Amino acid sequence: MERIVFGTLPYDLAHLLGGVTLLLSFALLSQRRIAATINTYACQAAVLALAACWQGYVQNAPHLYVTGIITFAAKGMIIPVALHRLVRRLKLAGGVDAALGIFPGMALGVAMVALSIMVVLPTTVQSQALTREDLALALSVVMLGLLMMITRKSALTQVIGFMSLENGLILAAVSVDGMPLVVELSVAVLVLVAFVVFGAFFLRLRAQFDSLDVTHLDRVGSAHR
Amino acid sequence: MSAIASFLTLVLHLALMLAAAPLVLGLTKRIKARMVGRIGPPVMQPWRDLARMVRKQPVVADGTSFVFRAAPFVNLAAIVAAATLVPSFALGMASAPMADLLVIAGLLALGRAALALAAMDTGTAFGGIGASREMMFSVFAEPAFFLVVFTLALLAGTTNLDAVASLITTGALGLRISMALALVATLIVALVECSRIPVDNPATHLELTMVHEAMVLEYSGRYLALIEFASALKLLVWMSLIGVIFAPFGIAPRDGDGANLAPWLWAVGLAAWAIKIGLMSVGLSALETTRAKLRVFRVPEMLGMALLLGLLAAIFLFVSQGFA
Repeated sequence: MERIVFGTLPYDLAHLLGGVTLLLSFALLSQRRIAATINTYACQAAVLALAACWQGYVQNAPHLYVTGIITFAAKGMIIPVALHRLVRRLKLAGGVDAALGIFPGMALGVAMVALSIMVVLPTTVQSQALTREDLALALSVVMLGLLMMITRKSALTQVIGFMSLENGLILAAVSVDGMPLVVELSVAVLVLVAFVVFGAFFLRLRAQFDSLDVTHLDRVGSAHR
Repeated sequence: MSAIASFLTLVLHLALMLAAAPLVLGLTKRIKARMVGRIGPPVMQPWRDLARMVRKQPVVADGTSFVFRAAPFVNLAAIVAAATLVPSFALGMASAPMADLLVIAGLLALGRAALALAAMDTGTAFGGIGASREMMFSVFAEPAFFLVVFTLALLAGTTNLDAVASLITTGALGLRISMALALVATLIVALVECSRIPVDNPATHLELTMVHEAMVLEYSGRYLALIEFASALKLLVWMSLIGVIFAPFGIAPRDGDGANLAPWLWAVGLAAWAIKIGLMSVGLSALETTRAKLRVFRVPEMLGMALLLGLLAAIFLFVSQGFA
């Protein structure tokens, strides 16, 4: 494989797709409404699928196309549709209440991105540019997913944060060549399983407390203790 | 480039900008009306409104000072000066050496400050509310735009708009995430600066939602015509600015870089400019028909996002250029 250099189309497009994924992570962090959050998540998955396919083309690795297709089908279509149905079934329409304000959340997000860059760049001096940048972007997406899980109260948006974190992992996986398909498949299946578990969890939570606010769980825990 | 050619370009550019500004506003209104299923006013309507207002005798509120009467002129002069500096269809105009992005931002700020002062000068509650809201927005909008300017300056090594645009036209920069982030930030700032829908509704005088309209509520006659014309021109300036920085396709290049000033380059540049402005009008109309207006106190949040995106653009520039 020829060395991918800065300023050429393969590099620029990969970089741009990674950047759009990150931008959509910020969009997720700034959404207030559940439906909009789900749609943004679907967009992020679609961009990620494009990024995977582009990497498959650049690295000449056909299995990355499979990753792209799986990503698009599972996370761009099935999960968002299921989440929308869940929202309708649980009658969750309405605002998403962020535990932290939107703006402090965004500011923390930028700090997370700076942190990821500062961590990734010194540790990957030997790697080629494409890998370094994409790792920095992917780590940022992971960090933003974590941040979203912390800053949201509703279990559903926390799950979306979790799945967006997983998008970051896939982004990292596709940008490093030599990642076996098995790993990606298992991660994809893991997300589906996690989604089913979370779905059951939502139903229980809803039945118990008439809300998806996870702070109720704290109270129950302390009451038992 | 010969001085005469560059001066000629400038004159043609300025004449086009002034003539097209109300037309772009009319086009946007027309497309917006079509999108919601109305026929809408003709594209020429803003020009007709201006002509009608110029003929009418202005009513000046009691107790206002010269600030009230001078503000429309200062505002229009500042925006016309900004329009002179932002290239539309050709680079290398006579004004190119002065076309610094910070100067353009400063001129637009001057126009806004003049209107805010005039609004306070009337002493009415609406004027005060409008002025304070406008200032609240610009406090957040200007740093966001400056971060975009700094990103461009890091890329191009200069804040001169003409130099930035000609560097981007060469394609040497390629696709950059910094540019994508800066574009989103600029779009948000432009919507705020032009008082378009997520921030302010240009089509209404509903008191709770007004920002720009609240400031100019006391104006009438030819003063109002000046203000309306200036705000139409401001919209076109922002559209041209976004076009020249983020999509400088087809713009006639600077002479002297080996290219000759051929008439067909001008024709291509003019066509490209018209297409870009048309597409942006459609985009703006689509945005305005699909989005609701934000609550006033959500606007700083949106501008904060623009600020952070600008910051992110600068950070990523450091990464990709290996400074970090």
